[in-house]
Amino acid sequence: MKHRLLLLAGLVGAIALIASLSVAAASSNKPSRAHKAAAISAPKVPNAKTIKKKYGGQKITFVGDSVGDGHKRDLALAKRFTKDTGIKVNVVPHPAASDQSYSQLVRAFSQKSSSIDVAMIDVVWPGAFAPYLVNLKPKLGKQSKLHIQSIVQNDTIGGKLVAMPWFGDYGILYYRTDLLKKYGYKTPPKTWNQLFTMARKIQTGEQKTNKNFYGFVFQGNAYEGLTCNALEWIASAGGGTLISGGKATINNAKARTILDAMRVQIGKTTPRGVTSYQEDQTEHAFDDGNAAFARNWPYQYGIGATAGSKVKGKFSVTVLPHGATGKSVGTVGGWQLAVSKFSKRKDASIEFVRYMTSPAVEKFDALTNSNVPTIVSVAKDKAVRAKNPYLKPAIASVPRVTRPAKFLKTHYNEASKVIYQGINQILNGTPAKNVLPGMQSKLNQIIK
Amino acid sequence: MSTVATPAPAPRRRRRRGTKLQRRQTRIGWILLLPSLAVVAFVAIYPLGKTVYQSFTNQEFLAGLEPTKWVGLENYRELWHDTIFRDSVWLTIKFTLITVSFEFALGLIIALVVNSSFKGRGVMRAVMLVPWAIPTVVAAQMWKWMLDDVFGVVNDLLIKLHIISHPHAWISDPATSLASVCAVDIWKTTPFVALLLLAGLQVIPQDLYEAADVDGASQLQQFWRITLPLLRPAILVTLIFRTLDALRVFDVFNVFFGNRQDTQTMAIYAQSTIVGDGHVGYGAAVSVAIFLIISLFVVIYVVFMRVTEE
Repeated sequence: MKHRLLLLAGLVGAIALIASLSVAAASSNKPSRAHKAAAISAPKVPNAKTIKKKYGGQKITFVGDSVGDGHKRDLALAKRFTKDTGIKVNVVPHPAASDQSYSQLVRAFSQKSSSIDVAMIDVVWPGAFAPYLVNLKPKLGKQSKLHIQSIVQNDTIGGKLVAMPWFGDYGILYYRTDLLKKYGYKTPPKTWNQLFTMARKIQTGEQKTNKNFYGFVFQGNAYEGLTCNALEWIASAGGGTLISGGKATINNAKARTILDAMRVQIGKTTPRGVTSYQEDQTEHAFDDGNAAFARNWPYQYGIGATAGSKVKGKFSVTVLPHGATGKSVGTVGGWQLAVSKFSKRKDASIEFVRYMTSPAVEKFDALTNSNVPTIVSVAKDKAVRAKNPYLKPAIASVPRVTRPAKFLKTHYNEASKVIYQGINQILNGTPAKNVLPGMQSKLNQIIK
Repeated sequence: MSTVATPAPAPRRRRRRGTKLQRRQTRIGWILLLPSLAVVAFVAIYPLGKTVYQSFTNQEFLAGLEPTKWVGLENYRELWHDTIFRDSVWLTIKFTLITVSFEFALGLIIALVVNSSFKGRGVMRAVMLVPWAIPTVVAAQMWKWMLDDVFGVVNDLLIKLHIISHPHAWISDPATSLASVCAVDIWKTTPFVALLLLAGLQVIPQDLYEAADVDGASQLQQFWRITLPLLRPAILVTLIFRTLDALRVFDVFNVFFGNRQDTQTMAIYAQSTIVGDGHVGYGAAVSVAIFLIISLFVVIYVVFMRVTEE
């Protein structure tokens, strides 16, 4: 009997321990950071009464953002939309790695599933998903005229507007103004080599007091984000855009040089583990004051500039550096909203997309989340400009490079996997000359 | 442990077809079995058959452009030359050999310890199960943080103990990635092995040891002559369970490495081919190949078990 009791006590103890461990694991997902005070509230829905009369009480599912504070924004906007229109919105965050959220949508569409009504679509996907998306032109064609036309064209497949631009993205360089000054630099780096030199010097100095400090962080994990980063390195070094004119071009001398230069920096001016970093890890390293430079999308600006951030007022943004013989570029990112063809609530869903891609919401998003507006008038707005310095012409008008989606259509994800797996292998220590030829022939096979 | 299970004499197999009554009973038996056979066919044979069928087609997930065609052995021919798949098979087998042998050795030691009587044995038996009770994904994520090169507690400890001088990126560095993932799997699964072996130890009659004591056999002799032979069925079951599990490993690798190419296990390769690339046909061929490789291991074990039984 005593024995049993002991066993029971042991079991209870074990369960308690597991529970506390799981909770600890779950809650340490994000270092605690002061929550953003919602100074501005979500804008109200225009024509709410008419929409409520027609579709009030319907329920839709929106597969939305998960990076940075994106999910919080989605919840706030959906709450407001529900309050005004009576349409209930179930907000589900998608996987943070965009190739994984692509897979999620592929599964849903191939099963003709009605479980997703509205989905967040990466700028490189409209070609692959067009057959499964509702043509928004009849209802949202007028609103689409407010948006940047090159993105609208990207989202128009075979004359059908399959997605509405939601927010834009391009890679930019974050740097610590205070540290540059401290170590005697007047301007941010112009070339990658300058960046490495500066990163090295600052890191050596800072590590004396902060062992966790590194010079440069970026997205080095084997996932879609690395394809974006690598495209910037290679294009800015004059090594082309991975695939051009229907042929893989990645195996060239300039690409080799810049990739090997990056490989040498891993573990020296970057944390060794940067080859497993995605956006969130990059942002945490920089915003916790543990990095001098970071490559990320504009959303990071808003988080760093929040009251309570360790780097508030100590950092700025500029264009990414370039190679010895190239120009600064930024990979085009950005997200669209699309309505699934298999949705049972298409009209209510379209109303939700109308609201989410309206000027008022884009302004709200730019002010609270520092996301790039796709509406021209919002991007020019004084308040928006003041809060988002990456919108100033010197940064915003830098040449954009596009991932090679148009040559690949439904095979884009597969080709991107070849790219990011190969680059990740290089960063993890294999010389570029051993990896690039294989990548090139695999890419050519996929294009064929 | 007052009753001693005497091994029943093995029933002699009858080759004769039996009497009329026996035949009728056999028929009724089959009828009664039918529902469960139907369920098995539905949940096991049908999906397997469908996978085999798909492996002879060029089916795509997003089939908008290419209609599905029968391609014969094309997928298998491609698979034969697929070096990435070959690497993933070797990686998985390496992982399996390393983890199963460590888990078995450690599990046996733990099982022997908690099988002996000492104060707090009950608590010990419960506590040792903690790693096994944590969901794999949670445990893997925990270890990923603990092994981190910047903030990880493991590096911190090793540096304080003067075992290493600089923090090491255990997971990112290809030289240590396999070792780190093996360590986590061993940490997590050894309790399970210990539990299975403990169950085997508990059915060994105590009086055998008493008799051995009377005969003057040493502890070591008792272990080799009594414990190990009588534990053999439990050992085989444990090894089969663990080997099959290890060959299908997905979660730890997925959390640790994501889509990295040099750390893809067979299961990860199949998943990323089907779900990531959308190649259902080719992915089905990969799955069939995995099925055959795992079957091979099962056959080896079953043959081994028969041989040792005789």
